[in-house]
Amino acid sequence: MVNYIIRRFLAGILTIWAASIISFVVIQLPPGDYVTAYIANLQSTGTVLSREEADALRIQYGLDQPIYVQYVKWAGLMLRGNFGMAMEYNRPVREVIGDRMTTTIIVSVAAIILIWALALPIGIYSAVRQYSIGDYFFTFLGFIGIAVPNFMLALIVLYASFKYFNVQNIGGLFSPEYLQQSWSWAKAWDMAKHLPLPAFILGLAGMAEVVRIMRANLLDELRKPYVVTAQAKGLSRNRVIMKYPVRAAMNPFASTIGYLFPFVVSGSIIVSLVLSLPTVGPMLFKALVAQDLFLAGTILLLLSILTVVGTFVSDLILMWIDPRIRHGMEGQS
Amino acid sequence: MSVAIEPQEQETVSAQRIFVATQWQLMWWRFRKHKLAMIAAAIIILFYVGVVFADFLAYADPQISEAQRSLLPPQPIHWYDGDTFRPHVFGLTGKRDPKTFKRVYQPDPNLKVPLKLFAEGYEYKFLGLFKTNRHLLGVEGARAEDTIFLLGTDLQGRDLFSRLMLATQLSMVIGLAGVAMSLFLGILLGGLSGLYGGAVDNIIQRMIEIVRSIPTIPLWMALAAAVPTSWPITRVYFFITLILGIIGWTTLARVVRGRFLSLRTEDFVTAAELAGAGQMRIIFRHMVPSFLSHIIAATTLALPAMIIAETSLSFLGLGLRAPAISWGVLLQQAQNIQAVALSPWLLYPAIPVIVAVLAFNFLGDGLRDAADPYG
Repeated sequence: MVNYIIRRFLAGILTIWAASIISFVVIQLPPGDYVTAYIANLQSTGTVLSREEADALRIQYGLDQPIYVQYVKWAGLMLRGNFGMAMEYNRPVREVIGDRMTTTIIVSVAAIILIWALALPIGIYSAVRQYSIGDYFFTFLGFIGIAVPNFMLALIVLYASFKYFNVQNIGGLFSPEYLQQSWSWAKAWDMAKHLPLPAFILGLAGMAEVVRIMRANLLDELRKPYVVTAQAKGLSRNRVIMKYPVRAAMNPFASTIGYLFPFVVSGSIIVSLVLSLPTVGPMLFKALVAQDLFLAGTILLLLSILTVVGTFVSDLILMWIDPRIRHGMEGQS
Repeated sequence: MSVAIEPQEQETVSAQRIFVATQWQLMWWRFRKHKLAMIAAAIIILFYVGVVFADFLAYADPQISEAQRSLLPPQPIHWYDGDTFRPHVFGLTGKRDPKTFKRVYQPDPNLKVPLKLFAEGYEYKFLGLFKTNRHLLGVEGARAEDTIFLLGTDLQGRDLFSRLMLATQLSMVIGLAGVAMSLFLGILLGGLSGLYGGAVDNIIQRMIEIVRSIPTIPLWMALAAAVPTSWPITRVYFFITLILGIIGWTTLARVVRGRFLSLRTEDFVTAAELAGAGQMRIIFRHMVPSFLSHIIAATTLALPAMIIAETSLSFLGLGLRAPAISWGVLLQQAQNIQAVALSPWLLYPAIPVIVAVLAFNFLGDGLRDAADPYG
C-alpha cells in the first residue's frame, strides 16, 4: 500500500516537472517577448522607448539569456516559492494570484461537490426506474449538458437573467459592497450565496457523464443474483438497493474525480471569463495577451499542480474505499 | 399447412442472409434500428451538404459591412401576398428615434421585397471549380431597401445568415481536420504502444497521463495565443488544427491500444502467425479491419470536442480571427450581454453548434453500439 502511494506520488512529481517544461515552452512560443509587447503598448500611448532602455529591460528580466538558462532560473525561483514579478502589474506574481488561486479552488471544489450531490441520487433514480419519464428527462438533460459548451451555457444564463429578471449583476462571486473588504464571515457567506450558479454551469457537463456512469454501474449490479437473494430473504426493496448494489456501484463513481478535476478546473477558466468571476481565468487571458511570461507560466503550472494534487487525492480516496485496490496492490508489490 | 411453413421459411432465409452478410452489412442493419442515430446521421449529412454549398446558400457577401445597417432585426419570410403565393419579406424603413436620436428600423408592410430563386448575387467560385454569381435565394431590384436579412445583421451590418453558412463550412471542416490530425497521432502512438508493449508502452502511457493531467483549456489558450496576428490565414488554420489535434489524440490512442492488446491474443491472429503471415499483413489484413469500426465510432465521438474547442477559442478571440468566419468568431459578438439583450439574434450561431454537437454524439453512440458485436 505504501509502495502504491509512493509510486503515485512520484508519478505526480514527474507530471508536474513535465508540466513545468510545457508551460515554459508554450509561453516562449510567440515571437517577441514581454519587452516587445511592452514597447508596443507604450508606443500606442505616445511614449517611445530607446534601444538602450529596451535592452536594459531585457537584461533586468533575464530575457537576453538562452532559453534553457531562463528555464533553469525560472524553475529555481518556482521551487523556492518565488514566482517572479508580474510585469504588467509590477507586483510579485504571488501577490497578484494568491487570492484568485483560492477562488479557483473554491469554485472548482464547489462544482465537484455539486456534481456528486446531484449525480448520485439522479443516477440511482435513473437506474432503479429505468425507462421511466424521469429517466428520460435526466438523460435528455444530460445530453444538453454535454452538447452545450459551458461558456455558452453561461452566456445563455446571463442573457436570460438580464432579459427576464432584469438582473444586471449575476456574474461575479461577491456583492459589490464586499469586493474590497478582507475576508470575514459575512464575506464568506456572501460568496456562498453566489457560488451555486457558477458551480451549476461548470458542473452540468461533468454531471451528465457521472450520472451515466452511475446509472450503467447500478444497472449491472441490480441484475446480479445477490440482489434477488436479498429480496427473497424479505428485505425491503429500498434497503436492498441502498445497502448492497449502490455501495458496489460507488467505486467507479469515486474514481471519476480523477478526470473530473482537470475537466472542472479547465472549464472554470472560460466560464470565469464570461461570468467575470475573480478566478485565475481572466488573469491568465490577460497575461497571455500581454505575453507576461512569469504570470502566464505560473498560472499554467499552478493549475497543473492543482489537477495533479486533485488526482492524487482521488487515488487515495479510491484506495481507502476499495479494499480490492488496497490489497491487490499489496499483493503485487 | 402452407401457412405454417411460411414464417419458418422466412426465418431460414433471414438467417441465411445473416450468414452471408459482410461485417459492414451487419453493422448497417444494427445501426438502422437506432432511430436517434439515424436522425443524427441525416442531420450531419445536411450539415455537410451545407458545407459544400455554403456560398450558394449564402446570398450576401459575408465580408461587406455597412454601418448604416448595423444590428437590423431578422426579416421573416412571408409566403402569401393576399391570396397569391408570392414569397416576400417586408422592407425596412429607418426612422430616427426623437428621444435617443438612434436610427430605429421597422418592418414596413407596404414595402414588399419579393424573393427570387437562383438570384444573382456576389461572385464566388463554386466548389472551387468555376465562377458564378447565382445563389439559392436573393432579391430583385437594386434599391437600398431591397435587402433580406433572414437572421438580421451583426454590429458591422453584415448579413448573419450568409455569415452563418460560411461559418458552418469553416467550423465543420476544421473539426474534421482536427480529428484527422488526432487520429493520425492516436493510431501511430496507440498502435506502437499496443504492438510493442513493454518499455515503449510504458513511455507512451506515461506521456498520455501527463498530457491528460494538464488542464486543457488553459493549455489551448496558451498555444492559441502563440499564433501571431500577422500570420497568413492558411497558416493560422493549420496551427489551430494542430492545437485541436493535440487535444484529441490521447483518447483515440487509448482506444487503439486497448484494441491492439485484446486482439493480439485472439485465435485468428495466432492462426495467421502460424500460417506464416508477416507482421504488416497481420496488422493491416487481420487486425485493422476488426477494429476499424470502433475507430470510426471513437472518431465520431471525438468530433464534438473539436467543435467545442474551436468555438471556445475563437469566442475568446484566441482561435480564428476575422476575416475568418467560424461559429466562434460569430459568437464573439455575443460577448457583450447588453448587446445580446437588445439584439438576441446575435446568439443564433449557438444553435448550429449545439445541434451539431448533439448529432455527432448520437451518431457516435449509434455507431459504437452497431460496431460492438456483443452489445
